[in-house]
Parts: sequence; structure tokens; C-alpha cells
Amino acid sequence: MIRLYRFLKPFSVALLVSVVLIFGQTISQLYLPTLMADIVDNGIARKNVGYIVSTGEVMLLITIGGMVASVAATFLSSRAASGFGRDVRARLFARVETFSLHEFDRFGTATLITRTTNDVTQVQMVTLVILRMMVAAPIMAIGGIVMAYRQDRPLTLVLAVAIPVLVVAIVLTARAAIPLFGLMQSKLDRLNLVMREGLTGIRVIRAFNRVTYQTHRFDEANADVADNAIRANRIVAFLMPVLMLVMNLTSVAILWFGAVRINSGGMQVGSLIAFTQYAMQIMFSFLMVSMLFVMVPRAAASARRINEVLDTEPEILDPDSPTEPVRESSRYTVEFRDATFSYPGAEQPALSHISFSAGPGEVTAIIGGTGAGKSTLVKLIARFYDVDSGAVLVDGVDVRDMLQQSLRSRISYVPQQTVLFSGTIGDNLRFGDQSAEDDDLTRAAEVAQAAQFIQESPGGLDSSVAQGGNNFSGGQKQRLSIARAIVRKPEIYIFDDSFSALDFKTDARVRAGLKPVTTASTVLIVAQRVATVMDADRIVVLDEGQVAGIGTHRDLMLTCGVYREIVASQLSAEEVA
Amino acid sequence: MSAPAPGAPPRHAAQPPNRPGMMGGGAWGAMGRPAEKARDFRGTLFRLVRYLRPQIRQLAVVFIFAIVGTLFTILAPKILGQATTSIFNTVIGNLVAIHQHRPTHSLDFGFIGHIALILIVLYVTSAAFSYLQQYIMAGVAQKTVYALRRDVDAKLTRLPLKFFDARTHGEILSRVTNDVDNIATTLQQSMTQLITSIVTIVGVIIMMLTISPLLTVIVLVTLPLYGFVTGMVAKRSQRYFADQQRELGQLNGHVEDMFTGHTIVKAFGHEDRSIRQFDDINGRLYEAAWRAQFVSGVIMPLMNFISNLGYVIIAVIGGIFVTQGRITVGDVQAFIQYSQQFTWPIVQTANIANIIQSTIASAERVFELLDEPEEIPEASDAIVLSAPRGDVALEHVGFSYVPDAPLIEDLTIDIREGQTVAIVGPTGAGKTTLVNLLMRFYEIDRGRITVDGADIRTMKRGSLRSIFGMVLQDTWLFNGTIHDNIAYGREDATEEEIVHAAQAAHADHFIRTLPDGYDTVLNEEASNISQGQRQLLTIARAILADPAILILDEATSNVDSRTEVLIQQAMTRLMHGRTSFVIAHRLSTIRDAETILVMNKGSIVEHGSHQDLLAARGFYADLYYSQFTGADLDEMEPPLAAIS
Repeated sequence: MIRLYRFLKPFSVALLVSVVLIFGQTISQLYLPTLMADIVDNGIARKNVGYIVSTGEVMLLITIGGMVASVAATFLSSRAASGFGRDVRARLFARVETFSLHEFDRFGTATLITRTTNDVTQVQMVTLVILRMMVAAPIMAIGGIVMAYRQDRPLTLVLAVAIPVLVVAIVLTARAAIPLFGLMQSKLDRLNLVMREGLTGIRVIRAFNRVTYQTHRFDEANADVADNAIRANRIVAFLMPVLMLVMNLTSVAILWFGAVRINSGGMQVGSLIAFTQYAMQIMFSFLMVSMLFVMVPRAAASARRINEVLDTEPEILDPDSPTEPVRESSRYTVEFRDATFSYPGAEQPALSHISFSAGPGEVTAIIGGTGAGKSTLVKLIARFYDVDSGAVLVDGVDVRDMLQQSLRSRISYVPQQTVLFSGTIGDNLRFGDQSAEDDDLTRAAEVAQAAQFIQESPGGLDSSVAQGGNNFSGGQKQRLSIARAIVRKPEIYIFDDSFSALDFKTDARVRAGLKPVTTASTVLIVAQRVATVMDADRIVVLDEGQVAGIGTHRDLMLTCGVYREIVASQLSAEEVA
Repeated sequence: MSAPAPGAPPRHAAQPPNRPGMMGGGAWGAMGRPAEKARDFRGTLFRLVRYLRPQIRQLAVVFIFAIVGTLFTILAPKILGQATTSIFNTVIGNLVAIHQHRPTHSLDFGFIGHIALILIVLYVTSAAFSYLQQYIMAGVAQKTVYALRRDVDAKLTRLPLKFFDARTHGEILSRVTNDVDNIATTLQQSMTQLITSIVTIVGVIIMMLTISPLLTVIVLVTLPLYGFVTGMVAKRSQRYFADQQRELGQLNGHVEDMFTGHTIVKAFGHEDRSIRQFDDINGRLYEAAWRAQFVSGVIMPLMNFISNLGYVIIAVIGGIFVTQGRITVGDVQAFIQYSQQFTWPIVQTANIANIIQSTIASAERVFELLDEPEEIPEASDAIVLSAPRGDVALEHVGFSYVPDAPLIEDLTIDIREGQTVAIVGPTGAGKTTLVNLLMRFYEIDRGRITVDGADIRTMKRGSLRSIFGMVLQDTWLFNGTIHDNIAYGREDATEEEIVHAAQAAHADHFIRTLPDGYDTVLNEEASNISQGQRQLLTIARAILADPAILILDEATSNVDSRTEVLIQQAMTRLMHGRTSFVIAHRLSTIRDAETILVMNKGSIVEHGSHQDLLAARGFYADLYYSQFTGADLDEMEPPLAAIS
């Protein structure tokens, strides 16, 4: 967590001032009992009303000063902690945005979201507590000891006994309770997991008539949570009464030994009263520090998760001297040269020795079973991953020699899993080209067979899209995602199994509409259905990461066994002919 | 928070910062947060109290202990003050004596010792009481919450599917977790806090009155100040907290959006704009956050100030009173301690009012769920089909999800044992509706559905559903071993049967390549195996269950073509001799089916055999022909050869 505090640097002046203010406030707080002692010893004992009143006035001023200092410190620490949170969050988000799919997948979407939101909030809250409380506590403890020492030296010995007892009580309880609280979290997670499974699988559970089994699972987790919570809370129940007891017994001890000191003439009564108050302040500050034990471990875990992300360097970086390729119609736009690629940690390459080229105006289809490497192949074009050996070229230049921004601006990618963003339909269609006119959007929507339902939506292009596009059906989302790609008017279209949620009729219409739009572009289509790829200029058949055949439908039917098998599984003999 | 006030620390000052349940925030954190209000506060409160009834005895003990423990600490300052007074008087007496050259007296150690002894007894007893009180309360609170959770879960098993389909999982989950946790925490802490706070306030006022009514009145003048400050701060901080919450929501939304769409963000070069947008929201969040933190943080210095104000007043006026002989020094000391004891209970009571409100709102949401209408209970003489054949008939069935939008009107079909029914239609056509009705997840509005001639409403739900084997499109696996997941299909399955089912589903091979084989634990999202593999497991599960009727919901759409062939063979074998409802895109299945149900936009538009439907040249014919078009629909010749 300490490492994260480099982000506090911009606020060092504010923090310094805030520490000074807290110091001032603490001093004012510590000074009051001394003045009180003066009132007792000098005012009351000598029946000097004037002295009492004038000391009272001083006390009042000090109180006001203390409050002002404290409010100002709160102001500064609130701004510093919130600003710290803001900066960490911004750095984290910007870092994740530079991640390639490698780094991104290594963490996973869910945890990256949690790290950017909850974890930062957690650290921010604890930072605030530290700035407010933990700065004040040591000052209070040390100041209290100094003041107590000044009031009466020998009596300070009482504290020498009381404070260790207090610390031991706190440490022992914390040691017993913290693991239980840690367990509590994991047991609650378990309970939530079982609950969530019960919800997502409700049809299956009921269909298989396993309600009782599920209830039993839940009950087990539930009882586990309850038992653990009882144990943890019973230990915590011990802490407060014991601490209060130590503090109270200390005050009794001070009374007794103080009386002895007074009797021997070494001390005044006012000092006794003041000393008691100092003792309480000192011990109270130890209590505050003990709270740190509970809060810091959790925040430290959050900080660790944040640092993990910040420490991850993106693998795919722009080259130092990038080449800006010039587009030439005579050249292949996309070219694979003996490209081999493995996912990190995988035993076998996901793609090996892939070579083929695709030029403008051509449709290249990629077909093959699940896990054959189809999606991986098209992702290499947009340089979501880097090849292990060989090369992928776009417009004649190795993609690793280009700026990512420049490379991707040439490509429209339509993913397997449709992603829409919250906002309006228009916002989503303009995702790849901010400058597109409404007319462009409408034309693209028409091609993608999305125009009709956009029109039927209450706001047309301004209709809102809910998070994840959940207010649209799978087919509608896919059509919007296709329209979004068209708006970009790219050199290269990549459709990664993008027609799967469309019914046959719409599928055919979309493909018919795409033809005139893509005449000058290079089109790559990843597909499962043979019907989708039959009329492609070139079909690349992948089998377990290797090219099993390249050619037209007719060529492949003659030469490629794998292709024939795929075709046979989908079409009957008459349709193949 | 700020440093404590001088003087004896108030008894309540040092509550542990985290509420059990690890919800974080603590009692102080809730200060000034906007409290949700329950609609029916009293009704819900009484109902919540009913949940505590089984623990009423423990609860009574807790309350008594809390009161006794508090009372003892309230007594202590006054007794301590007597000792101080005794010391002071002796000292003053000695001063006078020295002045008058009379012999001085030693302090009355007998008296002081006596008082010290009383104090020790008081403190120890008080500590014991408050420990026991919290110890018992831990059990009371957690047992109550355990019961509440159990009831909610039991309730969920009795609710119709309609309930679940109309709500997000998050919505339901949050009631079982957040709302119930909220109640737990309040029971554990806030309830006894409230009691001790009130006892402290009342007790302290009484004690102060016994010492000096006049000084008491002067101290009480600070009371309205507390209320005033708390009110002022709470009003402002509620606004800022609401702002903060809103911006935080926006920020989370943006992060979720951008991270889930990471590939697209990269592909479309959207990173910079995404970061700019994030910075905008983040900046607004900062503005709201520091204000919320500042305003809510300021409450402590202000309270402290008021408390110190009381301290100064007591010191000065009390001091003057002592010089006039109206009260003693010990009284002043006691008074200071009492006025300090005030501060926390007052802050806390204001806080607890907020907490209780939000707790009741939580409880109301939980009770709302408990009050949802349940599935129609089974008749006591409900039928159990012991050897189902698999005849299914729909007679004049009418159904709609929403009253005004009928989906199925007067549907009559008759399916014989062993026949196949293909359900076809565009995606999103609501094909699961039929599953919902057959398995009686939803109740039909009119007509009846029979299995083997028996109305499904007269059958035990469990028995009805066990007749069906189901492979849904959204494969559901739970967090457990592969073995357990397959065995989910049949409780008494042997090891051999499980492996056999896995082999039949062509899952055995990949399972054996996993590090722990059949004992591999699927993680939360079952993401440690591929989508296709997950599907194979659910197929194995269905095979193991060996049902009379099969429902396949696009079951093989995520498995690659070659594996699909193998699965298809296993399926065909499985379907043999069983009535099957197949939701499929596969032409061969559709053509071979005895009955085809054509669905569009949720309703059944046509039904009949492949030949009949083509001859009708309706929706189905359209759908069928469109599958083989290359580009142009109009130029297309219907592949009549394929039909005949």
C-alpha cells in the first residue's frame, strides 16, 4: 500500500499543512486539562474568581482555535484523499486501456472492473481514515505522555504498566479475530456463489428435481456463515469491555497513587485531575491505532491488486520508428507469411505456419471446427496478439512496424460476441467514425438490415442503448454491430462469426447488401455455416491450427477431406451439388 | 474523526470501526448518508420483531445487561468525585492549618481506599455485563439472520419462474445478501447501542441533577446545539453523498462498458476518447467525493467543539460555585466526565435513527420477497407417473406472459410416444415458451396439457419434470467437480454410469485430458473449460438422467462441426424411442420430425409436417427457402429437388 502512496505526492503541501493543523489541534486539546488544573489549584483553592474567569476565556479561545484547525485539516485531508483516489483510478484506467488482449485476458474483465472501482474506493477510504485519525493518534499519545510527565513524574509509572496491558489486549484480540473476519468474507462469497447458482440454474434445478439438494447446499453455506460470524463477534465482544476496564482501572490507580503523592506534598490536586484526563487521552489514542489493524489489511489487499495492474506492462507496443504504409490497389492488403502463434503457457501453437494473402475486392472465408484457430487468426490481423514467428502484413507492411492506431483505422472488426455501449444508437454506430453524418448511419443501417427496427424505436438513431445493449435482441445487436463496421468505410472488413444470431433470411439479406459496399475492400469472414461461405473467392480451411486447404468451394470439395466432412455434416447431398 | 475530548473518554467512543459482516463504513460512516425510507415502517418493524421472538429470553437478558452495565459506568464518576473532594478538602484544610500553625492531617486513605474498592467492583461488573451482553447478542443476531436467509431461500424454491424471469439476478441476490447483512449488522450493534445511548443520556442527566441542578441546566443548554449541528451537517452531506453515489454509478458504468468491450475499443481505436470520458466522470466524482467526505468529516470537530464548550463552562462556572461553597471540586470533576459521556450517545442516537430507517427499508424489501405469490401448491393426491411412455398432447392451449398480448391461442397438437417435434423460427422467437409450459414452469391460461393422458396440473411437479430431460442453450453447471455436475442428472448414479454417459456425449476424452480428470472442479463461471466442453457435459448429464421425453434447446450450436456430427449420432441414439422436442436450426432434424412447430415473435404461427408446411407456402416455406440463397433472394429457385 505504501507503494501506492507515490500518488499522494501532488498533495504533499496540503498534507504537510494538515499535519501541522492536526498538531495544533491536538496541542489545544492537550492544553485544556492543564488550564483546568490551574483553575483548581490557583483559582478554586485561592478563591480567585477573576483568575477562574480569565483562564476560562483562554480555554474558550483555545477551543475555538482547535476547532478551526481541525475543520481546516478535515478539509485538506478530504481533498487529498479524494484527489489521491481520483489519480490512482485515472492511472489504472489508462493503463488497462493500453493492455493488449493478452494482459486483459490474464486478469479477466470482472476483476479489472472491481480493481478500477471498488478496490480504489477501498484504498481511498482507508487513506482518509489514516490522514484523519492515524496522524492525530501518535501526536496525541506522545503529547499526552509529555504533558502527563510534566504534571507529575512518578505517577507516569502507572502508565508504564497500563499501556503495555492495553497493547497486549488489543494485539491478542486482533490476532484471534482478524483471521475469522477474513474467513467471513470467503464464506459470504461462498454463500453468494451458491445463491447465484441457484438463480442462474433455476430451470435445470427444477427440471432435474434437485431443489432439495440445492436447498441443502445453501443451508450448509448459510450455517457456515452464521457460525463463523458468531465466533468472530464473540471475540470482538471481548475487546471493548476489556479495554474500558483497563482504562477505568488505570484511573483508579492514578487516584490511589496520586493521593499518596499529594499526601507527601509532591503534587497538587489540580494536577491529579489533569493527569487522569491525560491518561485517558493517551489510552484513547492507542485505541484509535488499534482500529488500523482491522482496516489496513483489507485495504492492503486492494492496494496489492491495484499495483498488480499498474505493474503490468503491455506487451504490444508501438514501434520506435513506425512505417506508414501506402495503399496500393495492386497489392495484397492482408498477407500471412508462415505465421505461427501460441497462447502463453499453451503446449501447442494455436496457429502454425499460416500463409495466405487476400486482396481488395475479394472475400476470404475462414472455416473450421471450434478451437481450430479461426478467431485467433483474424485477431492477428488487428495485432491483438503478436505472432511468435513469421509475419502478418497489412498493405505490405509488417503490422509490428505500424502504429496500432494507424493499423486499426484500416480495419472494421465485427466480433463474435456483440458488444454495444451505453448511449444512443447513433453513438454506437459512430464508434469507429465520429465524423459520420446521420445519412451515413442510415445507409449503413439499411445494409445491415437494422434500419427498420431503428426506425421503429421511439427515438430513431437517438434511441438509447442500455448497458451491454441489453434492450436489444441478439439478432438486433449483431446487426447494429455490422452497421457500426460499415460506417467506418475501412479497407479491411473482418466478420468473426458475425451472422450467427441472424435467421437465414436476414443473414442472406445482410450479405447481399454488403456486396456493393465492400467492392473495394478486403473482406474476411469467419464462419461456421457452409452456406455462408460457399460463394467466397477463397476459403481457408483450418484444422487444429493448421491450414487444411485453401481454394474455392468447388476446389475444396475435390481436394480437401476436412472441408468435405464439414460440408457433409451440414448439407444433404442435393444441396452440395 | 478527531481527537477525543479531554476528560474520561466516553464509554461509547471506542466502538470497533468495522461493523461485523465486514460491510465497512462503521457507525460513523453512515453519518449523513441518505437513509432510505420504508413505506410501512411500523408494520415492517413489528414483523421484524416477530423474527426475534424465538430468542426473546436471550434478548431480554441482553437488554437488562446493557442497562445494568451502563448504569454502573454512570455511577462511577460521582463516586470518583467524592474521593477527589476528600483529597482536596484535606489539602485545603492543611493549607489553612499551616497558615494557622495547627498540625496538618494526613489524607483519609481509609476513605479513598474504600472508594477505590467500590470503583473497582463497579468497573469490573460493568465490563462483565457488557461482555456478556455482546456475547449473547452475537448469537441472537446471527441466528435470526440465519433464519431469515433460510426462509428467503426456501421461499425462492416455491416461487414460479415468472418471478425470476421478471427480475435480474442482481436484484434478487441483493436482497439475500446486502439487505439481510444490513439487518444482521443492525441487530448485532445498533440495537444495543441505541439502548445504552438512551440509558446513558437519561442516567447522566439524573446524576448531574443530583449533583447540581443549576449547573445541569447550564450544561443542558448545549444540547440543542448538538441537534442543530447534526441536522445541518446531515442535510448537506446527504446531498453530497447522493452526488457521489450518482457519479460513482456513472463511473462504474463506463468502466464496465469499456472493459467488457475492450476488443472493440481497441479495434476501433477508441482508447483515447474512452480515457477522456473517464477523466470527465472521475473529475466530477472527485468534486462530489471530497465535499461528501469533508462535510461528513466535519461533524466530529464540531461535536468536539460543543463538548469542549461544555467543558469550559463547567470549569469556569463550576469553579466559581466551588469558591462559593455550593459544590465540591469532586463534583466539578464528575461533571466534566458526565458532560463528556454525553457527546457520543447523542451523535450515535442521531446516527442510529438513520441506520434503523435503512434497516427497516431492507427488511421491507426482504419481506416483500417473502410475500410474493407462490406456485400453485400441489394437490395432496397428485399423480406420480411410474413408467412414463411419453405421449404428449396440447388441447386448446392458450397462453400469454402479459394479459393483453396472447402468444398461443387455441393450440392443439398430439404427439405420440417416440415422435420428434421440431420447433423452428427466427432467433428470439420465444422458443423457450414451450419448454416453460411443458415443464409447468408457467401455468397456461386455457386448455390443458397432458402427458400419457394425465393433465400435468394433477401431477407432482417433481415427477412431471423428471419425465423430461433438458439440454438448455445456456448451459448451467455449478461450482463443483465434473463428476458431480454429470451426476446432477441422477442422484443414485454409479461411477460407471457417469463415465458411460460422458462417453456417449463424447466428453470422456477431454475430461481425461484435464489435470484432475473427473474430479476437476469447475470454477465459478466454468471458464476453465470451453463453451463446447461445457455443452458436452450438459449433454452427458441429460444422457445420464435417461428421461422419457427430451427437450434439446439448440443444444449443439456451440460445438464445432465435426464434434457435432459425433454428438448428433449420440443424440439420435438418445432420441430413439423417446419423445423429443428439438429447438434446432439443423435441416435434417427439422425434415425428419413428425411435427414442426413454427414460431415467430413468441407465438406459434404454423404447425404440421415438413411437406404440409411447404405446401402451405407460408412463413415456414419462406424461412426454409431463404437458407440456401447466395445473395439475391429474387433470383432464387426453390430447391424442389431437395424437398421431394
